Amino acid sequence: MIEKTGVPSKEAVLEQFPERIVLVKPKAIIECYKEIPCNPCSTSCPFDAIHVPEDINVRPTIDFDACTGCGICVYHCPGLAITVMQVKDQKVMMKIPYEFTPLPKVGEQRNVLDRSGAVLTQGTITKVQTSPKQEKTALIHVEMDAAHLHDAITIEVTHGSHES
Amino acid sequence: MKQVEVLIIGAGPAGLSAADILLEAGASVAIVDRSDRVGGQLTKQTHMFFGSQAHYASKRGIDILTILFDKIKHHPNLHMFTNTTVAGLYPDKVVACVQESRYFTLQAKAIIVATGASEKSLPFENNDLPGVYAAGAVQTLMNVYGVKPGDKVLMVGSGNIGLIVTYQLMQAGVIVPMLVEAAETISGYLVHASKIKRLGVDLRMRTSVKRALGTKHVEGAQIWQLDEQWQGIPGTEETIPVDTICLAVGLSPLTELLQQIGAEVTYINELGGHVPRLNDRFETTVDGVFACGDVAGIEEASSAMIAGTIAGLEAALKRGYKIENVAERRASLHASLATLRSGPHAAKIRKGHEKLGVKS
Ligand SMILES: Cc1cc2nc3c(=O)[nH]c(=O)nc-3n(C[C@H](O)[C@H](O)[C@H](O)COP(=O)(O)OP(=O)(O)OC[C@H]3O[C@@H](n4cnc5c(N)ncnc54)[C@H](O)[C@@H]3O)c2cc1C
Ligand code: SF4
Ligand code: SF4
Repeated sequence: MIEKTGVPSKEAVLEQFPERIVLVKPKAIIECYKEIPCNPCSTSCPFDAIHVPEDINVRPTIDFDACTGCGICVYHCPGLAITVMQVKDQKVMMKIPYEFTPLPKVGEQRNVLDRSGAVLTQGTITKVQTSPKQEKTALIHVEMDAAHLHDAITIEVTHGSHES
Repeated sequence: MKQVEVLIIGAGPAGLSAADILLEAGASVAIVDRSDRVGGQLTKQTHMFFGSQAHYASKRGIDILTILFDKIKHHPNLHMFTNTTVAGLYPDKVVACVQESRYFTLQAKAIIVATGASEKSLPFENNDLPGVYAAGAVQTLMNVYGVKPGDKVLMVGSGNIGLIVTYQLMQAGVIVPMLVEAAETISGYLVHASKIKRLGVDLRMRTSVKRALGTKHVEGAQIWQLDEQWQGIPGTEETIPVDTICLAVGLSPLTELLQQIGAEVTYINELGGHVPRLNDRFETTVDGVFACGDVAGIEEASSAMIAGTIAGLEAALKRGYKIENVAERRASLHASLATLRSGPHAAKIRKGHEKLGVKS
């Protein structure tokens, strides 16, 4: 039970996903399971795909038709509760927020973690997006086997040996 | 004795927001803060904030601070006293201040108390051992001075502060193997809990610290499970090898000054401790003395900014200044505050306000 463990149930996770066919295009998966007074996901989306009503305690809802998978909401969400998922050629392409230094490098292999912190598999970093607009949250693109679509959530943090 | 028009005690988000609207209305404002840095709790918050985008959500606390302070810092009617502690509030709004070793008094026409809160401690054996820190101290070390408090930290408390400071420790390269919480469920936002859980932090409910281990410095923590009455269960002890124990077990409002000047305060557990009785203009039972932010009940920076603006607006009106569209602005401020306090996470605050006899 997420209130005790911080890990959502499998059913709760699956409810956030659209049908598999929809994911041939990248789509935002929002895992914001409990009402909190918060709305940057909705206000940051340039395509109006995420909706939070005037009462900002209401959980966000997404319109998968409108979502382009751009990833802008991913780095605006203070809860780091959004990822972008796409399935293509038996591979999952995942976009995640990342706030640790050093940033991973393109081409690097990284352990992919599930929602409980367990290592699922290895993924390949395919893109590392940063910009002043993103402030200190980078958008990392990771590619892995399609089998991990519903379980992958982030990558393991590795701290540089020569950090200050 | 130096005369000031409106004196604001505390330069956190509540105090700065109050100053902003007072200056806009034409009042002259003095802000006193005991810290050498303006911003209160915001100076330590390097994470993105929650709330409505209209109130700086998704910005980082320190950046919100810059926005707030930049708006007012060059205003000719603003007088800042940093490094200055208000040591006493006396009748006729006489304010005793201590700046380093210098002592001086000010007299104000109106006072806004925005002193925020202090951190609570937790009783356990050896809790005075070096290496046992309050979360605020850990944040100040890391985020203000860039110093790691230790290499391996046990976090105590699953409120937003415990969850966020855990994440910030991990960002600084510190290992946090475990977070313990006495209650049955996580008390902060689940998104924050999931964020650290997926990075491997063991979250243990109904668990607390029995004692800190070590002689000169923390060398470990002995934890144990708690029963329904929050009593430790003998035989469930476990030793966690850490060099730091970080306590994030709550805040209590700093209402001593209000009590000194004779404002009525009531103990309300849900609001963190003793809080002032306020009317709907955020004025205490002492005429011309207002209170806003965490000192009036532990909440959030987002609500502190709105409450500060309301207190500032009312103080300006009381001083006879005109504020454009005042009815509309007042209504919209109160509506924003009500929204922030309407979710399930604010149930405690609503209950506290109910006990205090105010409508949220
Ligand atoms: C780890 C952490 C994370 C948080 N995250 C969020 C978040 O994501 N979103 C959110 O909205 N809120 C968050 N908050 C809460 C927020 O920071 C506080 O609610 C807010 O700062 C309260 O504002 P304030 O102005 O009332 O008090 P404070 O910010 O505490 O400021 C009070 C000021 O008064 C000064 N002062 C006190 N006594 C005296 C005296 N006698 N003389 C002179 N000066 C005095 C202090 O030095 C201080 O500067 C977080 C808090 C913490 C600790
Ligand atoms: S991924 Fe882009 S289009 Fe989709 S919801 Fe997020 S911001 Fe909107
Ligand atoms: S921004 Fe993130 S945490 Fe806030 S409501 Fe949207 S999904 Fe939830």
